[in-house]
Amino acid sequence: MLKYLASRLLTFIPTFIGVTLISFAFIRLLPGDPIIVMAGERGMSEERYAELSAQLGFDRPIYVQFWEYLTGVLQGDLGYSFVTRRPVWDEFFSLFPATLELSICAMIFAIALGLPAGVIAAVNRGKFFDRALMSTALVGYSMPIFWWALLLIIIFSGNLGWTPVSGRIDLIYYFSNPTGFMLIDAIKSGQDGALASALRHLLLPAIVLGTIPLAVIARQTRSAMLEVLGEDYIRTARAKGMSPARVNGIHALRNALIPVITVIGLSVGTLLAGAILTETIFSWPGIGKWMVDSIFRRDYPVVQGGLLLIAVMVMLVNLTVDLLYGVINPKIRKR
Amino acid sequence: MSDTLSAEVEMNAPDRPGRLREFWFYFRENRGAVFGLWIFAAFVFLAAFAPLIAPHDPSAQFRAFALRPPVWQEGGTWRFPLGTDPLGRDMLSRLIVGARYSFFVGIVVVAVAATGGIVMGLIAGFAPRWLDTIIMRIMDIILAFPSLLLALVLVAVLGPSLTNAMIAIAIVLQPHYVRLTRASVLSEKQKDYVTSARVAGSGLMRLMFVTVLPNCLAPIIVQGALSFSTAILDAAALGFLGMGAQPPTPEWGTMLAEAREFILRAWWVVTFPGVAILVTVLAINLMGDGLRDALDPKLKRS
Repeated sequence: MLKYLASRLLTFIPTFIGVTLISFAFIRLLPGDPIIVMAGERGMSEERYAELSAQLGFDRPIYVQFWEYLTGVLQGDLGYSFVTRRPVWDEFFSLFPATLELSICAMIFAIALGLPAGVIAAVNRGKFFDRALMSTALVGYSMPIFWWALLLIIIFSGNLGWTPVSGRIDLIYYFSNPTGFMLIDAIKSGQDGALASALRHLLLPAIVLGTIPLAVIARQTRSAMLEVLGEDYIRTARAKGMSPARVNGIHALRNALIPVITVIGLSVGTLLAGAILTETIFSWPGIGKWMVDSIFRRDYPVVQGGLLLIAVMVMLVNLTVDLLYGVINPKIRKR
Repeated sequence: MSDTLSAEVEMNAPDRPGRLREFWFYFRENRGAVFGLWIFAAFVFLAAFAPLIAPHDPSAQFRAFALRPPVWQEGGTWRFPLGTDPLGRDMLSRLIVGARYSFFVGIVVVAVAATGGIVMGLIAGFAPRWLDTIIMRIMDIILAFPSLLLALVLVAVLGPSLTNAMIAIAIVLQPHYVRLTRASVLSEKQKDYVTSARVAGSGLMRLMFVTVLPNCLAPIIVQGALSFSTAILDAAALGFLGMGAQPPTPEWGTMLAEAREFILRAWWVVTFPGVAILVTVLAINLMGDGLRDALDPKLKRS
């Protein structure tokens, strides 16, 4: 196990350096001089240019710049936003809870519907329920989620007026020292209607973001269940007279879960990509919207830092999934 | 050398039509896949003959008819069967011409990503260990970024346009081909026929492209179908975010972005482009599922 852990960590380090290199290269590959871009329409004097260039380290050799960037990154220094002048690191982690809250709720939605759908489809293989559920799953899998979001807004916000169109909570509520997780803050504050308001804001974005994971989980659960249902021990369990619900729900599902958990773990990247679209449409103040806005504002340190932090986060989650998988399944370790 | 070649041709000659027929036999079993194939054929037809089919010029503005609803709703006319957008352009014509862009995106992205990915995967599979490690680490690095985010940032670097969006999507999708190809190469390389080809004196190029590659194609073809739909979705998403095709191009995602402010007033300008994307992507995915069942012996009849 230790050897497996070490080998996984060893592949993590070069990937991390590579990811850092890409985010480092980004600002230097941009067409035009980033310092001129920073100055904007007003332009700047020669001295100010030299000063800024020295401050950003652009006057030193490229490998020195990269080394300093890398050591800076390891100390949590990602530079300052051109627009707000705040450290990129601080901005990221003040917005991150919003994305995390949305992603967790989307995932709960996806798992709560996807697992049972997959099990029901597998148990009724080839029958009406299977076909109906799997067709629906394929539609969900093919869904352009930005359009799905607009459609839900037309129906639920426009025609029915049930949910708000944007934001995380009605502006009448105010929380002192918030955790950043709106649901927790709303409960903690105890204000009347705060939780309901937060939930109403959360509902549509969570459904939109959870749609593709839902489809993926349903499909994966079905195929994993089908594989397990053909095993001998299931036949034994049935022969012993165990109720179908117990066989399917406990014996089979437990073993079918391993690949499903992997899929759930690996969909973190999909979730973050989906968050870009979902947050932009619903004006959800999280990482995705922040990245898109920064790209349009040409706030390059933010784009650079955000890109790096998101990639590192995805890598850490994937590493954790890999390691957990090694714990669950000893065969993997001996590669 | 010429002997091996002719021997191979003789062995393959009676085999080929049989394989195609076998493929069609399994593919036909999957009704959804055949259905998807028909829709895809219609989509290709529309894309190919778009200017002939479209009733109007997609960029012609009939200002007097701005925001007309579809024909079945009050106020609609047969002149604009699916209504008009805020500038009075015919929705149906724009959608038909839009098929062209989506098809183009799919073809180009899959061709570029698959060619690059297959070549790199073959190299990784045959190369000495250090080169293999370098290639695979680079692919790991690309895969560490959420695909849409990386594409978005690449387009920000290259400048927003449909061409750059296609380049970005192709780069993002490429690692999947590299991984698939390498994995199949590694398992095929150990088989006897490869050893015998080597003993018979095949050079490295011949081993890579003639001996091994054809036997690795099944999963790559399936991946090709799946990434065709991913490419269309991602290009539409980039267009929607303003980083793909630029207005007034009638690309489906861009049309959605333009229509956003009208969502509560004119449902048709928002609904139809999305339906077009969904139906196309769904048809391709249905086809992809059928391809997988028909081509991948491991998953056959599962």
